[in-house]
Amino acid sequence: MIRNDILKSLIPVITDQLVICNIGAPSQELFSLDDQPSNFYMLGTMGLSSSIGLGLALAQDKPVISIDGDGSVLTNLATLSTIANNVRDNFILLIIDNGSYGSTGDQPTYAGRKTSLSAVARACGCENVVECAAADTADALKAALAAHEMTIIVAKCESGNVTVPVIEMNPILIRERFMDQVARPEKQSN
Amino acid sequence: MAKQIDHQIVADLVANQIDFVTSVPCKQLAGVLELLDQNNKILHVPSNKEDEGMGLCAGAYMGGMRPCIVMQNTALGVVVNTLATLIQFYQIPLPMLISYRGEVGEPVACQVEMALHTKAILDQLHIPTYHFHHPEQIGEFSAILRHTQMSKKPVAILTDASFWSAAT
Repeated sequence: MIRNDILKSLIPVITDQLVICNIGAPSQELFSLDDQPSNFYMLGTMGLSSSIGLGLALAQDKPVISIDGDGSVLTNLATLSTIANNVRDNFILLIIDNGSYGSTGDQPTYAGRKTSLSAVARACGCENVVECAAADTADALKAALAAHEMTIIVAKCESGNVTVPVIEMNPILIRERFMDQVARPEKQSN
Repeated sequence: MAKQIDHQIVADLVANQIDFVTSVPCKQLAGVLELLDQNNKILHVPSNKEDEGMGLCAGAYMGGMRPCIVMQNTALGVVVNTLATLIQFYQIPLPMLISYRGEVGEPVACQVEMALHTKAILDQLHIPTYHFHHPEQIGEFSAILRHTQMSKKPVAILTDASFWSAAT
């Protein structure tokens, strides 16, 4: 499985959730699979998906899922210590770890070699760290949402992208429709 | 030990509904940071690097809070991309309370190097910039915070060594 396969398997789980999605191929693939106003697409700024997601989770009570990549987490590695030390049980960081910089031509990252991001997350103090195979990602995410505990999921998959268009949506529109979803009263579950 | 000026800065933040602050420390800002940790109206989440901090601020803003970042001017060398592609591109209001190291009164020669680039970087990014050199200029702080919200831009408040040394 490649990233796009994981994203496809996640759609039933994340379609109504607040999602912060990483720059480049991940956002473009998610946009093509299931564009939702509850998705915040990063059009730039590599590495900050986890930070934006944590800030959002700290500011309000709805669940927040940051979809990140191994290359992007490596570029902002200290984020794992900030997450560990500011526990919010509505925050889930999903790192899709394909061992490569997918958006730039699949160059290998160090996470695909000797560095284990799940071990780094644990060393930073993150308490619920789950490493799973690509096919188990949707179940791991469902379990994390149900547990209502801050969770870091590292989903291991193969390197590769699908051909999808660049997102041309205006950034202010992306932000404003996302903020409308954040502010919307939660649905009553009966 | 916090000074009167530190109390006024934090009181102005609270009065302008700033309720989320991230920071990377500077010696000149130690008093402000001490008070931020004691203030129950502001959530203070220290960050490891200022671009990470701006990510936290962007998220907090979208969650309905009013963020501010407290940082040193040397960090402008770190955050140019984040300012352009996140804070400016998505129009997120962000006051940046910045210690302006490397100005007259600076004991560390290396700090002068980034002081020389500070205003040039801010000018290049078209960031509204206010330079506090005398302690009484703090009287403008509240209006600058309101201006930041109105304009939905990053705004720099540079506070130099003369400002801090003359402040009580």
